Amino acid sequence: MNVVPAIVLRDVHKSFGATKIIDGVGLRISRGERHGLIGPNGAGKTTLFNMISGRLSVSRGEIELNGRLIQNRAPHEINRMGLCRSFQITSLFHRLSVFENVRCALLWSLGYRYSIAHLLSRQRKLNTASQILLERLGLWDRREIRAGLLSYAEQRALEIGITVAGGADVILLDEPTAGMNRNEADRAVSLIRQLTEGKTLLVVEHDMNVVFSLADNVSVLVYGRIIASDVPERVRVNPVVREAYLGTKGA
Amino acid sequence: MELLLVTLLNALVYGMLLFMLASGLTLIFSMMGVLNFAHASVYMIGAYVAYQISRTVGFWPALVIAPIACGVVGAAVEIYGLRKAHRNGHISELLLTVGLALLIEKGVQMIWGLAPVPYRVPAALDFTLFSMYGTNFPAYRGFMLLISLFMFLAIWLLLTRTRIGLIIQASLTHSDMVSALGHNVPRVYTTVFAGGSALAGLAGVIGGNYLVTEPAMAFTMGPIVFVVVVFGGLGSLLGCLIASIVMGLVQSFAVVFDVSPADLLTYLGVAVTPMTPFAEVLSVPLPRVSALLPYLLLVLILIFKPRGLMGTRDT
Amino acid sequence: MTEVVAQRSGDSARYDVRAALGRFWPAFTFIALAIVVPWLFFDWSKGRHSGFVISLVSQMGVMSIFALSFNMQMGQAGLLTFGHAVFLGLGGYATIHALNAVASGLFWLPVELMPLVGGISGLIFATIFGYMATRQTGTAYAMITLGFGELVSAAAVMFNGFFGGEGGVTANRMIKTSFLGLSYGPAIEVYYLILFWTVLSAGVMLLLTQVPLGRMANACRDNSERAQFVGYDPRRVRFYQCAISGFFAGIAGALYAINYEIVTYDAVSAVLSANVLLMTFIGGIGVFWGPILGAVLITLLQSWMSLLSGAWVIYVAVLFVVMVIYAPGGIAGLIMAHLPIWRSGRLATLAVPYLRIVMPSVTGIIGFAGLVELTYSASIGKGQGRALTLFYHVIDTSSLLPWFVTAVLFALGIALAASQRVQFLESWAAVAEETRVKEPCR
Repeated sequence: MNVVPAIVLRDVHKSFGATKIIDGVGLRISRGERHGLIGPNGAGKTTLFNMISGRLSVSRGEIELNGRLIQNRAPHEINRMGLCRSFQITSLFHRLSVFENVRCALLWSLGYRYSIAHLLSRQRKLNTASQILLERLGLWDRREIRAGLLSYAEQRALEIGITVAGGADVILLDEPTAGMNRNEADRAVSLIRQLTEGKTLLVVEHDMNVVFSLADNVSVLVYGRIIASDVPERVRVNPVVREAYLGTKGA
Repeated sequence: MELLLVTLLNALVYGMLLFMLASGLTLIFSMMGVLNFAHASVYMIGAYVAYQISRTVGFWPALVIAPIACGVVGAAVEIYGLRKAHRNGHISELLLTVGLALLIEKGVQMIWGLAPVPYRVPAALDFTLFSMYGTNFPAYRGFMLLISLFMFLAIWLLLTRTRIGLIIQASLTHSDMVSALGHNVPRVYTTVFAGGSALAGLAGVIGGNYLVTEPAMAFTMGPIVFVVVVFGGLGSLLGCLIASIVMGLVQSFAVVFDVSPADLLTYLGVAVTPMTPFAEVLSVPLPRVSALLPYLLLVLILIFKPRGLMGTRDT
Repeated sequence: MTEVVAQRSGDSARYDVRAALGRFWPAFTFIALAIVVPWLFFDWSKGRHSGFVISLVSQMGVMSIFALSFNMQMGQAGLLTFGHAVFLGLGGYATIHALNAVASGLFWLPVELMPLVGGISGLIFATIFGYMATRQTGTAYAMITLGFGELVSAAAVMFNGFFGGEGGVTANRMIKTSFLGLSYGPAIEVYYLILFWTVLSAGVMLLLTQVPLGRMANACRDNSERAQFVGYDPRRVRFYQCAISGFFAGIAGALYAINYEIVTYDAVSAVLSANVLLMTFIGGIGVFWGPILGAVLITLLQSWMSLLSGAWVIYVAVLFVVMVIYAPGGIAGLIMAHLPIWRSGRLATLAVPYLRIVMPSVTGIIGFAGLVELTYSASIGKGQGRALTLFYHVIDTSSLLPWFVTAVLFALGIALAASQRVQFLESWAAVAEETRVKEPCR
């Protein structure tokens, strides 16, 4: 049975003027796989994310989502094809309430398009779905508050919620536990596990515990190249990886 | 042929005046992301202040005092106004400059009245520099050209040869990075804003008596300068210079040829009568169109090519 | 938990009427007042309405629709436009031509439905324009609207066909095609027509803030990138929002045409576009009824203050600038910020802090007004041969004393107010924290 992989990157390059950020990256992520992307700062992880999600164009190469080419497409097109991402710097609708944030995230997937004929307060299915998601996020009590006024951890939880709300089956998470302490990070990880069950997950992270507990496979990006791509245990002991991260001293 | 050369010279003079205005605006817009609606209003203040001073003390002191006064006004606006509006986003900053432009226009109207004021070319420069094919080229235009070229040289040297100039250049395209490197970016902003305002004031001093000094001059000059800034592209002073000259050429030549598209069609053998569709539009003479050209260009460029000629940043 | 929501939705029909009455009583009061106002100024001795009052409230109605439509772009979609008068004006021109066409028997349309002619024209032009302009957003969009506004303005002066050149186009609104058998000759009848359409338009625009497009317009305003990642094309959202706002601006234009029976290039001018910007912003862009408040206030100011002082435009401009810096939510925003405090009964605790900052501010404002009036009198007033009077006392603008006094009042007042600012903000923050201000969402 030939199952189409969720994400395929083929010889992807990206340069900004004369500076080469991504230097020939190839990646293959299967359906339902949980894939971690790690690497030192400045390696190009966010750039790679931005290219997959349509924020940046590709200098060369191809990106496939569920078998269809998506490089250089507009972000909303890619989103409608089944991919959604979260942002490193929390990206919410800060002047709308928590409830509205989630409701907006559900609108397109429930088929509302640019409608002017449906009064939002009367949409049963929409409002019920919003409530259910908010309860899973633990934010139902905070639903009337403006998103911009939430605490940092609450905002990150909402960020993840909005990302999965639309039902995309490929989820990209950009440093979901950034700025969190151990407790908050653990809670975030369990939330992520819950909400992305059965979906394909690509996570960029610096927190090694998070990556190794969440991921089935890990790829290491250094200076725009993937130097290793394997199961976490083997990546952990890979000498090339250790050198890239820790220098020649070794762990 | 004579007409061509004379018009070319006039175009150069007008173009350099535009550059004096547009360069300050480009710097401010590129660095701070704020399109300073009140920039042309500062130009107006420069002209009016110079008018007042030249009525009492003389033109030459005005040449020095007015730009300084405008620079001070610019600094005050940046520190007490823009910095506070910055908290609320770009639109707030834009609205602030719009409000200031309205306020300045009404203030000028109130103090000096609605009619143009007799701001004249100083007697010392009111002679003919040379005659070409029967048309006189006034010395004052030569003076204007001199001042503009001098300013251009000064800006170029400042930006490329001084430390502050390098910081400004960097902030044009990468202000976050400059800040991260430890430079006092707010102070740089204030300096650029004050400098741009002083330049606008200087343009007002020398342009106010060449063109006209009236309360409407800000809103007439404003869109032309916006077009130059957008056309030349953000973050590029060279593009700004090219765009200024092109604009000068377009406006100067358009006024000279008193023809309309209808005339052109008739020349080509197509008769245009009141019955022809769009007859009214076709019979508009070119000089009238030239007044509208800035707006037309503004709309077209922004819709189709918002990065302008040589821009390195999106609007 | 889930049952609660489901049940509430199911019972919504029963709750709606009572809930609506509860929430909308200010609106109903306002509408009732608007209906009654002309009669409060009725001249019982002569059996006539006050022409001045009717003209004033009619203008308020037209401007309210105009400002609300402007805010569909500005406040709701985050689109600043300098050319909104274009849609009002073009709607007005279309309506005035329609009036003439009906009068000469080309087709039949009741006067009551004329605003739809304006609305549809506004919609068509906004669609054409919006399709191109909404490619951009932010400052670029504002610049495009500026250019476009000036082009249409110039065309309105130059071309005689549609625009009637400098003289504009006139019509007679008494075209004898009314549902209700009214002639619309008397101004009071036109006023009630305007009021009807104002209430109707406001109601529909309110509903449009509660539908998917309206909510996504808010979302695109807040974070257009995130909007893309929930599946929406921000450009399309902006486009549709712009088109609909043009529809309502056209309705305002139609009522303008019916009211004044003439439409000139003033109706598409940059001045009118600037006016609606001032009105809407001062009223409040973050609250639905803010633009209505702004329209009413500024129209009132224009009529009333222009009788008192020729320099009233300066005061409006200064108010605008001050609000951009210190109160970007407008007057409505300020009211809404005080509402939770008032509801929790803690408003009285702010009395003293307010007094301490308001008194020097008022002194400063008086000083400022004095300076403005002195300047005005010394330049334009002198030219008109009018002297400056304060409480029937003529003031000599050439003597130094009044200048000195006003300057001192201004400087001292502002300085004192500035020194009180930090303390005031602290008191405010303390009260806000006590009432656990949960800001209303827009």
